Amino acid sequence: MRIAFVLNGKKRALDAPPLARLLDLLRGPLGLTGTKEGCGEGECGSCTVLLDGVPVNACLVVAGQCDGRTVLTVEGLGTKDGLSDLQDAFVKEGGAQCGICTPGILMAAHALLTANPQPGEGEIRESIAGNVCRCTGYQRIVESIRHAAKERASRESG
Amino acid sequence: MALVGRSVPRADGPAKVAGTARYVDDLTRPGALLGATLRSPVARGRLRGIRRDPAFDWAGVTVVTAEDVPVNVVALIEEDQPVLASDEVRHAYEPIALVAAEDPVRLARALRALTPEIEPLPPVLTVADALARKAQIHGPDNVFATYRISKGDAAQAIASSPVRLTGRYRTHHQEQLYIEPQGMLAFWDANGAHLVGSLQCPFYVHKGVKRTFSLDDAHVDVTQAVTGGGFGGKEEYPTLLALHALLLAKKSGRPVKMIYNRQEDVEATTKRHPCEVTIESGCDREGNLSAVSIKVLMDGGAYVTLTPVVLSRAALHAAGAYRWEHVAIEAVAVATNTPPNGAFRGFGAPQTIWAIERHMDRIARELSADPLELREKNLLRVGDTTPTGQFLKESVGVQRCVEEARKASGWDKKRASLGAAAPTRPVSALLRRSAPGSSAPRKARGIGASVFLHGAGFTGSGERRLKGRVAIDMLRGPSGKKPLFRIRTASTEIGQGTETVFRQIAAEALWVSMDRVEFATPSTSVVPDSGPTVASRTVMIVGSIVERAARDLFARTENERQKGGGSFDDAALRLLAGKEPVVSEKTYETPGDVVWDDETYRGDAYPVFAWGCDIAEVEVDLDTFETTVLGFWAVQDVGKAINPLLCKGQIEGGTLQAIGWALNERLVVEEGRILNARMANYIVPTSLDAPRFTTVLVEDPYSMGPGGGAKGIGELPMDGGAPAIAAAIEHATGIVRDDLPLLPEDLFAARRTGT
Repeated sequence: MRIAFVLNGKKRALDAPPLARLLDLLRGPLGLTGTKEGCGEGECGSCTVLLDGVPVNACLVVAGQCDGRTVLTVEGLGTKDGLSDLQDAFVKEGGAQCGICTPGILMAAHALLTANPQPGEGEIRESIAGNVCRCTGYQRIVESIRHAAKERASRESG
Repeated sequence: MALVGRSVPRADGPAKVAGTARYVDDLTRPGALLGATLRSPVARGRLRGIRRDPAFDWAGVTVVTAEDVPVNVVALIEEDQPVLASDEVRHAYEPIALVAAEDPVRLARALRALTPEIEPLPPVLTVADALARKAQIHGPDNVFATYRISKGDAAQAIASSPVRLTGRYRTHHQEQLYIEPQGMLAFWDANGAHLVGSLQCPFYVHKGVKRTFSLDDAHVDVTQAVTGGGFGGKEEYPTLLALHALLLAKKSGRPVKMIYNRQEDVEATTKRHPCEVTIESGCDREGNLSAVSIKVLMDGGAYVTLTPVVLSRAALHAAGAYRWEHVAIEAVAVATNTPPNGAFRGFGAPQTIWAIERHMDRIARELSADPLELREKNLLRVGDTTPTGQFLKESVGVQRCVEEARKASGWDKKRASLGAAAPTRPVSALLRRSAPGSSAPRKARGIGASVFLHGAGFTGSGERRLKGRVAIDMLRGPSGKKPLFRIRTASTEIGQGTETVFRQIAAEALWVSMDRVEFATPSTSVVPDSGPTVASRTVMIVGSIVERAARDLFARTENERQKGGGSFDDAALRLLAGKEPVVSEKTYETPGDVVWDDETYRGDAYPVFAWGCDIAEVEVDLDTFETTVLGFWAVQDVGKAINPLLCKGQIEGGTLQAIGWALNERLVVEEGRILNARMANYIVPTSLDAPRFTTVLVEDPYSMGPGGGAKGIGELPMDGGAPAIAAAIEHATGIVRDDLPLLPEDLFAARRTGT
């Protein structure tokens, strides 16, 4: 079927089987390999993207569900030379180690900070509870998100 | 300058957070096929054939069987494991055949159209059956390896001790569960075999490929892709996957990519060895330890893989961080028809540290002593000797770790105010208090501690045999004005921070900024063999070679500057104007006073040890027996933290793996098959399960460590978490659990036997 949607701010249209996984569309024909596959059953959260602003597992969303909607992936947050404040915080505060879970966690955190600019630690932990990280013990991830929120607040008040 | 000791942001960070870092599944080559593996459904049997469904259209499908393998062995410690089974099948999921096809759908159908015909044989599924020789599956006695360590006369000393205690402690499998499954991209050209993959040790793969395809060094290239975690799971296993992908690529004449899905990865790749440790100890009534006798029994699985080395490390850590005048350790690993166990962070030490730490708590219980005080009284100090007779001449920061952990956690107060472990209050009383309808609290809190050590670097003569090498090139910079430097090493970045830390060490020694030091992608045709990325050796051993090579280049440039004048950069450019490339290659030199005898297992088992004290505070729900970790204090002597932020990241991540091993993870194995090989049912900790860590770095420098004394700490944090949790649960509830894991059902079952 013909699927049209807004991907990282740009209108895109392509032909895809209606039951193709969004994950495969992103990584295949759309060439966005920043979204990772860790388990293929919605448990690890590595493939988290935002569908109309809401975090979803791209391995459990099919192409047909995306028609007419907006999808945001890690490539839509910033670029290597122009990182978003959240991405930058993950680099500075040690939120990424091996990096394979990082794009998914960034998407979950981005959704959190959009809805709740000043989250408490419990809210931060809740927001990434669907994203498994085996490297960090989560503490540096929590600190990275907290750091980004704090920086935003100080920018706005300053 | 002072780059060492600073938490500079990780060098590979921007690409990872931008999603542009290229992992193996993000790569392809024109015309690449996808590959998959046909595996044994049974634990043991004789392979009679492989049936191909004649109704299936085999056009464009490549099938590889044992007949296609030039030399059918995986070259590791022993050559007992075939690349593909040809006769006897020795474990469930053992590779039998390989398939390649154009797309995933064709591939899945082709795989289903192949059926292995296996005549089942009675499998050996337990260590007890292996020892009883229920069937002969390895050598004459099913034993992979045996080690003995002896100091003084343990049997006699225990017999004459006023307090003699015996305990048996078991640990279970653990899956590494790196979030990126294993994967490899293979192709052949006029230069031979090429591989790009997710791996820790490029030269292990290199060795395996040379052996199986009878190639020389120059005709095999192994390149590491950005790797999404390893934890030991990508130490030896990638060699097998690389051989599979290369076989398919050779037969099909096309590049082949093989990416495991999660279930296949959990089923087929190596796990942490299950282990049973029996400890008998003798001490006096005041808690002064005297003698210990330890028996270690490990399940190696179906093939040798790295089991002897894991067993050796288990034995060498079995007596813990304590002074014993008399020690007898016997460690045995046996073969079973279960998927091979192999490297996992800690490499045998977490199993024996679990045992000795639980045993220390047993002694404390018997003597009604404070468990931390008992430990403190018996800690190894500078000037003591270990069970192998190793004289500890420096960098024993364990006393400070205990002091800082005690203070930071509020141990004294919490030990007195929390818990139900006082011997006058048995668990049954506590449980009665919280019976349904009772108004008493239904949750119990407690605090527990562990003290531990981890030998950094290869065991025994390993580093001396290995002779790890590193090269640093001086290169013309892009402007032609400022020279650049490039580190070439086989030590891989797998998330732990190798690239960043090596660049810090080199830049500091060269007196240049970090952006002038590059890190070459580890590829066997480009980098010298620095040895594998394992054994907590990367920073301490390989980092020290980086430092020497950088210092050498600095000295040569400085020498030129003094002769010809100008700045450091002017002098460097003059060196670069010469005919020869400007490069410094250095080989690891084992300190002369580090001496080890493999025959007697006496001497310096490791160049140095890192030390730690973990304290856990938990709350146990007395209805569900769920444990929540309320606080965790990890205080570890790292010698010198090259990058404190990355160092703390290692400690927190490793500690959570240990907590997961204790509280969440359980691999269910029946008839040699894994019943929960998915992330939906093999549960690892999430952000809500993880405690808030208080991580304290103690720095008691090691004189031969880089950057002013760094020690290896990659594995240390895996050692102390589980016993600290068990001790805290015991303090909270009185439930004494000597076996891992500590899942609610385990605590529920153990409450009946609690003292």
